Amino acid sequence: MSENVLKIDHVTMQFGGVVAVDDLNLEVNRGEIVSLIGPNGAGKTTAFNVVTAVYPPTNGAVYFEGKRVVENHPRGKMKKLYNGGHADEYMKTIQPTPDKITKLGIARTFQNIRLFKSQTVFDNILIAEHMRRTSNLFTATLHLNGSEEAAMRKEADRLLHILELDDVRDELATSLPYGKQRRVEIARALATKPSLLLLDEPAAGMNPQETVELTSFIGRIRDDFHLTIFMIEHHMDLVMEISDRIYVLDFGKLISHGTPDVVQNDPKVISAYLGVQEDE
Amino acid sequence: MSKKKEIIINVALIGGLLLILFILERFLPATSMLFTVLKKGAIYALVAVSMNLLNGFTGLFSLGQAGFMLVGAYTYGVLTIPVAERANVYMYFDGGLIQFALHPIIAIILAGALAGVFAYLIGLPVLRLKSDYLAIATLGFAEIIRAIFQWDKLGPITNGSNLLRSYPSYKSVLFYFVASGICIALIVMMINSTYGRAFKAIRDDEVAAEAMGINLAHHKRIAFVVSSFFAGVSGALLAMYQTSVQAAMFKSAMTYEILLIVVIGGIGSITGSCISAFLFIILSEWLLRFLDTDTYIGSFHVPLLRSGFRKVVFAVIIMIIVLFFRQGIMGTKEFSISGIYHKITGKKKKEVKGGGADE
Repeated sequence: MSENVLKIDHVTMQFGGVVAVDDLNLEVNRGEIVSLIGPNGAGKTTAFNVVTAVYPPTNGAVYFEGKRVVENHPRGKMKKLYNGGHADEYMKTIQPTPDKITKLGIARTFQNIRLFKSQTVFDNILIAEHMRRTSNLFTATLHLNGSEEAAMRKEADRLLHILELDDVRDELATSLPYGKQRRVEIARALATKPSLLLLDEPAAGMNPQETVELTSFIGRIRDDFHLTIFMIEHHMDLVMEISDRIYVLDFGKLISHGTPDVVQNDPKVISAYLGVQEDE
Repeated sequence: MSKKKEIIINVALIGGLLLILFILERFLPATSMLFTVLKKGAIYALVAVSMNLLNGFTGLFSLGQAGFMLVGAYTYGVLTIPVAERANVYMYFDGGLIQFALHPIIAIILAGALAGVFAYLIGLPVLRLKSDYLAIATLGFAEIIRAIFQWDKLGPITNGSNLLRSYPSYKSVLFYFVASGICIALIVMMINSTYGRAFKAIRDDEVAAEAMGINLAHHKRIAFVVSSFFAGVSGALLAMYQTSVQAAMFKSAMTYEILLIVVIGGIGSITGSCISAFLFIILSEWLLRFLDTDTYIGSFHVPLLRSGFRKVVFAVIIMIIVLFFRQGIMGTKEFSISGIYHKITGKKKKEVKGGGADE
């Protein structure tokens, strides 16, 4: 159970002179639910964007299932501006596009829901099947790929059924209530058949009832789809209940990590969230 | 209504339309204004649909359509002028370099293919841009293409800035309808395939589309090349319809006309583009012609009506549409027989609110 699925290795992300993520080291093991928490602007989403190749890191590497998928080192004008460590350890540049990362088996959701707004729930999920197509432009245009098309639709319907979204199948995705939209977005990510699922604040904007539902939903999909889950979250109830391990970021630096109990009682974490009392 | 029944009705309607055109051609003189308008309407419908594929379905705001039409029109003209006529047409360039003539149908396909090649090359740098920047860059490249085709040094091939003429052309309005119909059907089939779904995903949200495993650069390039291919074909048809062609006519004003058709029809609606193409051509070539001529009622000289006033009226129409009917005629919905059937019978169709491009 301790096999590494995701490993972030000395990743530094610098925008000009601003260091968003500073020398981040992090591991997610198979079957775990790992949370990344921290105050606003700590660099959590930036870390996600580095993993999914939206941004190339300034320095460092990301490993997925033992394979190096992203790597970079300071180049060009960043050479002068870079002020992090481990500068000479990474010499290669591996910069895939985000769709390649998805094809490897890392799916994600977004902090502010990004569903395809003009399309139905079913079509939103069906799009994930596109990346596994075997037809080319001509066979698809001339509709010669009937069996593949039917299989795609069947697969999307199967997923909707498992996730109990049948009843909203033909609704416009953005016309759904907020909690449902989150669920559709997670369903859409699952449709890419990932082994690692990244959730960016899945409970943002949810009421307590919806959060409780989401907690059990995340636990359930982890078991049903044999997933490893890595998430960013602010709702501490959800984080503490569901996480196997927690990493805490503050100002781009990792300040604590461990099981929920350890992190909860770490004075560094408390001071990061509540501020330091001066008289102590 | 079952799907099979719907297909039969649609096929019957198309057949009926072609039959009516066929009969009309027997009885009306070939110079009738009706045929002129229908031919040009069919051509503009095709180019409007090809532009809609980019602007409406892939979310790429491109304004290069006139440039690709020019490539198509010239390819057709250059490749089909009969060898015997070449000395006459290329009189300033010793009969030109090319000394063979192809069958018109082959030339039309090659016209599309060459426009596609141009689109591929232009797309390499240009498709990295987004929204307005893409529009400006494509507009610029369209003008560059026009300038290159008028360049004197290329005269032996393109005849410089002189007319290309004497090439064969089909006179029947049926040909334009069938050719344009086939092309539009292909575009519709592509939009309804898995690639079409990917295009719509890119239009709705690029970041999410990429996270769903859609290769942005690859799919944008496909949409751009396919759209340009059909713009090239429509350019070839336009050259055929006009019986002579000159680079000077493919100005950016032409792209704006097409954009106007797409906007009036509804960005993201194929049938909307077709309807508004015919509407636009009928109005501008036929019904609103009187706006451009000095008119007297008795001895009263009607004010404002003079050459160019038509454009003013169109400008006002555009403003009204942009201000009050932003969705155009069809919005993103499609005109379909089953839709009308359901409206008439009052039966509630299990319909997608808003709708994509479902036929």
